[in-house]
Amino acid sequence: MCGIVGLHLRDPGLHPRLGALLTDMLAQVADRGPDSAGVAVYGDRRRCPSGYAAVSLLGAGPDVGSVHPSAVVTPAGDTTVVAAPLPTTALIDAVRRTLPGARIVGAGTDLTVYKGVGAPRALATTYDLAAAQGWQGLAHTRMATESAVTPEGCHPFSVGPDQCLVHNGSFANHATIRRELRASGVVFDSENDSEVGARFVAHHLERGADLEKALRLLCERFDGFYTLLVTSADGFAVVRDAIACKPAIIAETDAWVAMASEFRALETLPGISSARIYEPEPEVVYAWTR
Amino acid sequence: MDTLTSVPTTIDLRATSVRELNAELHRPRAAAYEVLHPQGAHAVAAGVHHRIAVDVRGHAGYYAAGMNDGGTITVHGSAGTGVAENMMSGTVRVHGDASQSAGASGHGGLLVIDGSASMRCGISMKGINIVVGGNVGPMSAFMAQAGALVVCGDAGDALGDSIYEARLYVRGAVGSLGADCVEKELRDEHRAELAGLLTAAGLDHDPGEFRRYGSARALYHFAAANTY
Amino acid sequence: MIDPSLRESATYDRATIAAIQRAAETGVYDIRGWGAKRPLPHFDDLVFLGASMSRYPLEGYRERCDTDVVLGDRNAKYPLHLDIPITIAGMSFGALSAPAKEALGRGASAVGTSTTTGDGGMTPEERGQSKHLVYQYLPSRYGMNPDDLRKADAIEIVLGQGAKPGGGGMLLGQKISPRVAAMRTLPPGIDQRSACRHPDWTGPDDLAIKILELREVTDWEKPVYVKVGASRTYYDVKLAVAAGADVVVVDGMQGGTAATQEVFLEHVGIPTLAALPEAVQALQELGVHRRVQLIVSGGIRTGADVAKALALGADAVAIGTAALIALGDNAPRHADGYAALGSAAGFYDDYQDGRDPAGITTQDPELAARLDPVEGGRRLANYLRVLTMEAQTLARACGKSHVRNLEPEDLVALTIEAAAMARVPLAGTSWVPGR
Repeated sequence: MCGIVGLHLRDPGLHPRLGALLTDMLAQVADRGPDSAGVAVYGDRRRCPSGYAAVSLLGAGPDVGSVHPSAVVTPAGDTTVVAAPLPTTALIDAVRRTLPGARIVGAGTDLTVYKGVGAPRALATTYDLAAAQGWQGLAHTRMATESAVTPEGCHPFSVGPDQCLVHNGSFANHATIRRELRASGVVFDSENDSEVGARFVAHHLERGADLEKALRLLCERFDGFYTLLVTSADGFAVVRDAIACKPAIIAETDAWVAMASEFRALETLPGISSARIYEPEPEVVYAWTR
Repeated sequence: MDTLTSVPTTIDLRATSVRELNAELHRPRAAAYEVLHPQGAHAVAAGVHHRIAVDVRGHAGYYAAGMNDGGTITVHGSAGTGVAENMMSGTVRVHGDASQSAGASGHGGLLVIDGSASMRCGISMKGINIVVGGNVGPMSAFMAQAGALVVCGDAGDALGDSIYEARLYVRGAVGSLGADCVEKELRDEHRAELAGLLTAAGLDHDPGEFRRYGSARALYHFAAANTY
Repeated sequence: MIDPSLRESATYDRATIAAIQRAAETGVYDIRGWGAKRPLPHFDDLVFLGASMSRYPLEGYRERCDTDVVLGDRNAKYPLHLDIPITIAGMSFGALSAPAKEALGRGASAVGTSTTTGDGGMTPEERGQSKHLVYQYLPSRYGMNPDDLRKADAIEIVLGQGAKPGGGGMLLGQKISPRVAAMRTLPPGIDQRSACRHPDWTGPDDLAIKILELREVTDWEKPVYVKVGASRTYYDVKLAVAAGADVVVVDGMQGGTAATQEVFLEHVGIPTLAALPEAVQALQELGVHRRVQLIVSGGIRTGADVAKALALGADAVAIGTAALIALGDNAPRHADGYAALGSAAGFYDDYQDGRDPAGITTQDPELAARLDPVEGGRRLANYLRVLTMEAQTLARACGKSHVRNLEPEDLVALTIEAAAMARVPLAGTSWVPGR
């Protein structure tokens, strides 16, 4: 239960303003999810330099610098981002080896993820969101339903390289799907229903599905109420369940694609007055590729 | 009311809270109000129960003009979920688009949406008349009890599911009809009703271009065949 | 006379066999009124530790033991001040006759407590006779009128009820009189479905915005209650508070209804005894216990039930079925009428049917005329006074000068189930299962 905003920039001229635009959008859905807020930024080369991979960690601890001699460490509240000149999988292995107590909440060559508990607007400052640059980003404000208010329970769920999922709603059969995924070797970090959605999507992306296909499979398998925004290394996608009670609105211009829980979060975007604005229909996957 | 000033009173929501706005509208000292910078705020002009005019200049959030009873409220922009929900009387007009559940459970009055309305437009409507210039989304007029829904564009899937006695008029295509909703003959009395509603909404479509839908009344008594 | 050598199956007992045969005959599941009828862990399985040496009791008849309660003082300009912590639960005009609704208002007002509307709107009879009237805001929005909202003393947003958490309602056509039909804007005589979700919001984030709208419409004057059927109570209570509720109402599995599926009544939800400690825990963890008040309902029959619910952390209770019984429902004096319907006094549950010999759950004018609202109100007031006096007696025995000072430590359980659910020790031990 929460607020969602996402922005996929088509016009490179807007890349320097990604964080500023997202910050304004996040502020408009703060009331929907007062418990906590998470953010994902794609393509900020100061946070994840070219040729580097970055991991976002909770509970990084004081030894975080020991991950790699050239590690770039950026603390942001509960989250610490560590970037190093390694492939993503090698960096993850290094973190697991050197920081066994840390929880990886995002990893990739383009993506940095931030999670924390508290008032969303204050957290945006903690994440230095306003200064973020890049080609895509999303934010989520959370009103926890059946799992604890912790940084771990905060969205986005980023469980595959450069992937993120945020969810508004409540899945009705996630326990069964969790068991099925576990049986096929998938490891879970939390009891959160949204993580099951993220693992399901990652599982199918790993097996060669594209974002659109993975979300169509999700619609077939998941029961319950959901509005999802899912992002990947090159994509941005929105889908809602068959009844589609949880709010979602999409706006598109030649310069960007944006999605939010409420229109007011889109109102400050440049060119909104001439945007094509619509609400996504039930069980239709809306996907954009870079 | 005749003591009220005829000059619109302007309330800027950048400087004034929604609470102050609604408190004023509930005990109006003017006959007309202009609301500036709504910026998607919720419950703007909710609970109006005097014959006043309110012009909202910009986009409104959830439940704009909610439960209106007698006011003439215009949103010069788009409206969020549940615009004019449970309206009793009066007129609400949205110049842009409306989100979900526009006019939900409205008992009376006229709701006009110049743009399109998304899902569940007219859900549980109970006597309200709704005229939509554009399209309506899926599941519109779900369990609609009474009143008329006029759609000048297309209607999404499951139109009029489990409908009672509301009358639906659609000019364009219908994605699909919901359970117990069927096409019905457009008789003279319907053409007359439709003409009246289109005129009231300021639209000049020919009533003959519309098709009428309503209840087959097969779900009116609970039976085994009625369940899924 | 059945041959004593015949053995009845515990699995396929006579009621089960009759149910299978009925289903085979009609092809429709059984719909009835009342609530769960099977045995459930309940307040009966708890007892109070009366004072003797280690604690000092208050004199049972003379020394002061107060009962007043304030509901909804977190945001509302005008919270409810009730003289007793026992309220009348929401029951619709439609399900009940107009005289029955009036009687409930009269009885509740006589003892300074509140009554509640139901699906179908507010009648002038009940508003006129109710000193404190809570207006239910339901998914169907039948009869929902902002004027009535403004006339109410509090607003109760209904997400569900204990008899059927997750289910909507069904008022069968036999009870849809012209007046009921007009109030609900539907043709007379047809079956009326009540939705299980609200038409213009779903989930706690959108409920927060709906609560804001209701406050705005009523100028922040009235307390806003949120009522849930007991199931995932711990989470539901937390979310009701997050959405902005001033009062949370938790209705346990024993709670009644005018009509729902038998299978729903007996198989969905959790008992009141199990739900109450979950609700209190949720409020305590949020730091709002007693600031956001808790009303529990579902099987409250005696002053002992009232006192035990308060001791476990409720601020007030609500009664529905018991109030109807006080008005005369299932009374032996209607034995012939029940027999004519194939039922008996003490067994009648066909509230959906509209032929109630007691004139309570009916819209038939002749039957409804059997209930004198003044006499009914007198009986209900008497019953509420007895509940109150019983609760005071128990509170005094535990040394309390106000019933709200009862606490879980005043209770022990007689069964392991009750100890586990109520989170109090098994009597004679210090063992709380699960701790």
